[in-house]
Amino acid sequence: MDMQQEAVKDYGVRLGDDALILGHRLSEWCGKAPALEEDLALANTALDFIGRSRLFYSHAAELEGNRVSEDTYAYTRDCREFRNLLICELPCGDFAFTMARQYLVDEFYLAFMQGLTFSVEQTLAGVAAKAVKESRYHLRRSRQWMRVLGQGTDESHDRLQTAVNDLWGYTPEMFEPDELERKLVAAGVAVDTSGLKDDWMKAVNKTLAEASVQRPEGNWAVRGGRQGIHTEYLGHLLSELQFVQRAYPGLEW
Amino acid sequence: MSPVPSLWTLLDAVKDPEIPVVSIWELGILQDICQPDEGVVRVKLTPTYSGCPAMDVIAEDIVRTLECSGYPQVEIERSLSPAWSSTWILPNARRRMRNFGIVPPVADSANSIACPQCDSTETLLVSEFGSTACKALYRCSSCGEPFDYFKPI
Repeated sequence: MDMQQEAVKDYGVRLGDDALILGHRLSEWCGKAPALEEDLALANTALDFIGRSRLFYSHAAELEGNRVSEDTYAYTRDCREFRNLLICELPCGDFAFTMARQYLVDEFYLAFMQGLTFSVEQTLAGVAAKAVKESRYHLRRSRQWMRVLGQGTDESHDRLQTAVNDLWGYTPEMFEPDELERKLVAAGVAVDTSGLKDDWMKAVNKTLAEASVQRPEGNWAVRGGRQGIHTEYLGHLLSELQFVQRAYPGLEW
Repeated sequence: MSPVPSLWTLLDAVKDPEIPVVSIWELGILQDICQPDEGVVRVKLTPTYSGCPAMDVIAEDIVRTLECSGYPQVEIERSLSPAWSSTWILPNARRRMRNFGIVPPVADSANSIACPQCDSTETLLVSEFGSTACKALYRCSSCGEPFDYFKPI
C-alpha cells in the first residue's frame, strides 16, 4: 500500500466510524421509542448507517489487501483508534436530543455525500451515491420532527431548545478539515468540509426558525474525534458494541 | 444476449425474501452473471439500501441454488455504482408486488398512492419507515387497512 492508498484507507475508516457509531446510537432506541412507528423508523435509520459503515470498512479492508475485514475495524479497535465526529457518540438523551442531533448531522451528511459522489475514488463515490438517497430521506423526517417538536407543546419546545443548546458546540467539528482531509481534497478524493459550512448554517437557521427555536449564542466548541480524542461516552458504547468479540475473539455467526 | 441463458433461468427462482413474488432480476438487484473460468460462476449484485439485511440471505440463496444445479464454485461480487434505483423494478414485478399488498414506488407525488386492497386514493402516511428500510407505512382511510409502500429512491 503506497502513501496515497494508506490515506484513502484512513479516510474510509473514519467515514465508516461516523456511520457505525451513529448507527449504534440509533439502534439503542430499538424497543423503547415513544411509538411503534418511531421504533421502526429509528431502527431502519440505524440500519442505513450501519450498512454504510460496512461499505466504507470493507473498501478499506480491500485496500489493506483483505488482511483485515470490516469486523476488524468495528470490533477490535479501542477508543483512541476511532476517528468519528464527537457528535455521533453522544448518548441518545431524550427523543428531542436524538432528533435534533439527527437533523444537524443529516443536513451535514446529505451535502457531504453529494460532494463525495465526485470523488476520483470510484468505490467512495459509489457508496456516497447510495448514501445520498438515504440521507435525503433521513433529512426529510428529522426536519419534520424539528418542526413538530418545536411547535408542539411547551414541554416539547423546551426539550428541543435544550437539545439544540447542548449539541451546538459539537457542530463546528464537522467543518474543520485536518491534514488527512486536506491532502485528499488536493488529490480529488475527499470533500472539503470547510466549504459546506455556509449552506449548512443557512439550512439550519431556516429550520430552527420554523421550529421557533433560538440559535444558540456563543462559540464554545468541542473537538478531537478525528484525532482519536473522544468524550467519556465512547468507551461505554464500545464495551457494548464489542462485547461478544472481546469475550469470544474471532467468533462468527 | 447473455452467454449463459440457462443460469439466468436458474436464478429466476431466487426471490427477495421480503417480497417473495418478485425475483431478484425483476427487482434490479441481480446485475450480471458470467463464467470467468471453467466451473466458476460469478454473480454481480447491487443492494437496494446500504444496510439491507436481505442481501446476505439473497447471496446465500444464490449460492445454494447454483450448488444444487452443479455449480459448486460461486463468487458473489457487489456492485455499488450506478446506485440502485426503484425505477429499475420491472412492470410485471410492480403488478405482482401490488397484488401481494405492497404498493410499488410512485415517481411524482405522495398523493397518488392508492390502497392495494380497495384502490382508494384516500390514504395517509403513518410512518416514513415500514417493516423494512425500503418501505413506508400507510393506512387507507376508506377501508382502514394498513399497507406497505415501496419508497421511490
